Formats: sequence, C-alpha cells, structure tokens
Amino acid sequence: MLEVEAVAALTILILAFFVGFEVISKVPPLLHTPLMSGSNAISGISIVGAILAAGSEHGATAIVLGVVATAFAAFNVVGGFLVTDRMLSMFKQKDRK
Amino acid sequence: MVDANVIIQLAYLAAAVLFITGLRMLSSPKSAPRGNLVAAVGMFVAVVATLVDQDVVDYKWIALGAVIGSAAGAVAALRIAMTAMPQMVALLNGLGGAASALVAGADLVSNVVDKGITPSGIVPTAIVLSVLIGGITLTGSLIAFAKLQEVMTTAPITYPGQQVVNALIGLGVIALCVMVAMDPTQLGAFCLLAAVALLLGVLLVIPIGGADMPVVISLLNSYSGLAACATGFVLDNSALVVSGALVGASGIILTKIMCDAMNRSLTNVLFGAFGAAPEAGAVAEGPQGTAKSYTPEDAAVIFSNARTAVIVPGYGMAVAQAQHAVRELADTLEEKGIEVNFAIHPVAGRMPGHMNVLLAEADVPYDKLLEMDEVNPTFPETDVVLVIGANDVVNPSARTEKGSPIYGMPILDVDRAEHVFVIKRSMNTGFAGIQNPLFFNDNTMMIFGDAKKVTIALGEAVRKY
Repeated sequence: MLEVEAVAALTILILAFFVGFEVISKVPPLLHTPLMSGSNAISGISIVGAILAAGSEHGATAIVLGVVATAFAAFNVVGGFLVTDRMLSMFKQKDRK
Repeated sequence: MVDANVIIQLAYLAAAVLFITGLRMLSSPKSAPRGNLVAAVGMFVAVVATLVDQDVVDYKWIALGAVIGSAAGAVAALRIAMTAMPQMVALLNGLGGAASALVAGADLVSNVVDKGITPSGIVPTAIVLSVLIGGITLTGSLIAFAKLQEVMTTAPITYPGQQVVNALIGLGVIALCVMVAMDPTQLGAFCLLAAVALLLGVLLVIPIGGADMPVVISLLNSYSGLAACATGFVLDNSALVVSGALVGASGIILTKIMCDAMNRSLTNVLFGAFGAAPEAGAVAEGPQGTAKSYTPEDAAVIFSNARTAVIVPGYGMAVAQAQHAVRELADTLEEKGIEVNFAIHPVAGRMPGHMNVLLAEADVPYDKLLEMDEVNPTFPETDVVLVIGANDVVNPSARTEKGSPIYGMPILDVDRAEHVFVIKRSMNTGFAGIQNPLFFNDNTMMIFGDAKKVTIALGEAVRKY
C-alpha cells in the first residue's frame, strides 16, 4: 500500500507542519487578518496542479476540470496576494514629529 | 546532464523556502509587506517552473482559466471594503478548497478514462481526502459567506433530528470514501462522494451562528490548506504538500486562538447549536436594573477631566462603518491632551484581527492597538473607557457568574476603569443572549444610538466643551 515515495512525501508533510506551527505562532494578533488572506494566496499553490491538468494531453473532461481549477486557484493567488498587500500597506506606526 | 524535472523540483523547493520566509516576515508589521511580496515571488517561481514542464503541451486552456481567475481576483481584491474582509477570506477559502478538489478529480479522470491507468498506492486515499475536504471547504465557505454578507439568516439553523440526519450522512460519506479508495475506477461512486461532500459542507455550517464565524473561517482556512496537501499526495508534488501544510497549520493555530478567546471547545462551537435550544430559557435572568442614559454633551464633561482613555471597538463599529469617525474622535481627544489607546479582544469582529485592519484603514497607528493581555492591567488606572459596538467581550459575568454561558471567557476588564461609556443601539442582549451587568454599574453611562452618529456627536461635543 504505502510506497517509499509516499513515505518521503509524508516526511515532508510532517516537517512542514512543524515549521508552519513555529512560524505562524510568531505572527501577532494584529496581523491575523492579513495572515489569513496571505495564507489563502499560498494555498493557491494548487494552481500548479491545475496548470498540469489544463495543459496536458488528455480528454475533454480532465481539461474542463483543469480550466475551472486554474481559474479558482488564480483567483486565490492574485486576489489573495493583492488584498493582503492592500491591508498591510495600511498598517502604520505613529509618526514621530 | 541535469534533467529538466530536477530543475522543476528545485524550483518548487525554492518556492517553499520563499513561502516560509514570507510568513516569517509577517511576525512584524514593518517587514510584513515585504514578506507578502516574497511569498508572491515564490508563487511566481512555482508557476513558471510548472509552465515549462514537458507534460504541459497546450497553453490556451491554461491562459483561459488564468485570465478569468486573475481578473476576477484582482477586481475583488482592489474593490472589497475592509469591513467585508471576512467575506473575501471566506471566498478565498472556498475557491482554494474547490481548486484542490478539482485538480484531484482531473487527475483521476485523466488516468482512469484517458490513459486506462488505475491509481495505486497512497493515491486513491489522497484523491478521496482531497475531494472530501475540498468539497466541504467550498460549500461550507459559501454558507459562511452568505451568513457574513447577511443574505441568509445569521442565526443557527436547526431542525428536529438534525444530529441523526448528519450522523447518517457522515456514515454514508465514510462508506463512499472506503469504496472509492478501494476501487478508484468507480467514477460513479466518486461523483457521489463529491456531491455528498458538498452537501456536508452546507449542513455543517448552517447550525453555526454569526458570532462564531471567526472560528468557522479559521477552520475552513485550515481545511483549504489540508485539501492542497492531499492533492500534493495525488500528484506527488512537494510544493503542494509543503504549502498546504503551512496553511493547514496556520488555520489550526488561529482556530485554537479563537476557541480559547471564547473559552469554548471546537466541538462546542461546531455542534453546540444542536443541543443548546432547550437551555436558553433558564439563563435569561441575570442582573436587572436601570441603565443610565446620557447624551454626548454629558460625556464631554467627563472627558474634560480625563487624562487617559481606552476605546473598545466591536462588531457594531464595523456594521455602522464608524471606524473613521472613531479615529477622528480619538484625534480630538488627543488634541485635548488625553492619551488614547484601543483595546482589541481576539474575537472582536467576524474574523481574527478584523478590528485591527479596520482601525489601520482609518489611519490609527498600530502601536495604539493593544492586545487583551497588554491592556487589561491598565484599566484600573484608566479614566474613561468608551465601548463602541462591543458587548459580550466586556461582560463581567464572564469573571463572576458561574452559571453564565460565557463564564470563564477571557474579557476586557473595562468595568475596572473610573468611567465607562457604552455606545449601543438599544438594550438588546449580545450574541450570547445574556444581559450584561456592566450596563447597570454605577460607573457605566449608556449613550444610545447609531455608533457612527453618536461618535461624531461625541467628537463635536468634546471639541466645543
């Protein structure tokens, strides 16, 4: 059932979880909304799979699913990064005149 | 020499490193904008690497999807109001989950129908998880969106036998999952699984009330990451596995912070409404008395003797779009020599960090936005607290009344300040449906009215005084 490749991917998964917990727990509550929108942009990484599905040689059904997936993931990537940038640019320190 | 595939894999590794670096830079508001850019560069690297993959032979369909998605995403990102950010994030969660599920579905169809290959090893299990989690994330997020946008009722939707119905559907889902995982060539069962996952997303979110949305959004955020993870296993693609794990971890942390801030377990938030209805009558009592109603002019007199003030914003401020008026009031108070800070409860608003974004939009410097643990010790020395559209997060019953549904929830101890002003529409109870003894305290003064109008009137009264 479980092959060596899968165990390698599982290893990556577990380690990435640990890194994720370490890194994310240092984000202050001040920035939790941009964190959510920014992490949504990152989960738009499924665009990689969507591109492979939409652009490879196979039947119409797979391509249609791939095109819809590409559109959704592109929305996430572009919308996510842009809206995060828009929010983060609003956070300013008190100007010390 | 060097295989093209090796270069692609190295590019994915670079993307993962850039994502982690970007997220690390979110630890401070100063480095955060660059962090977001770093993560975006990571995404660019991953996309370019995929486009040069030799499996990709036809670009027109990719371009079609990418152009439509990017354009819609850009328009939404640039036009969404900051008060509507929870809706935007709900939408992003849903589309992320859907994209992952669709990719897994496309992979299955491509292999089984087009190439006649039966997926083996861990792949069938991963396909099942991807479609299940992705499907739940899509419809669950759309329901959350509808509740946040108030196009459907924000109250929990319950009906008799709900638990039985959900349990039966849950069993059906498990059976379908096992069937598809054992024999992924049964596309009929696969489609049924997708349909039931979509139904499950709806059923799981409708019984959750509007004020619990911070938990739901955080949880769906983590689901969208986990769906990407599962799809990573389908495609044996490390970029998806790593990124999905990062997002999954982020969502889990935020979910835990939100639950802790309400002193409730995740199970209670998700399934609490199912059994809660009969008890509601029993706790309706609580302190009674007369709340004192004051005018903005009365408040200006109190402010004229104050040296320190803390403003506590809640969801009511967002609803009334009062954040700019609140900042103007704070400016006026500072011109009068009063030191003004803001106290932000973790679950104020409809998503984690929502109040901070609204006040940052209104040009409140972020060093004035204080977290609960930071601000609570300062209340006994605070002259005036101004509560704008917040209720349960300042309810002292959480500290004192063992029988109260919110007992044990960490709150902002505003009642310990010298004077407390509460701007509120009416004496209606907060989301928890319980009376707030703060309103009847001797040092509490109620100013009834729309948060924005009262704030503006208060600013004028202070300026004139």
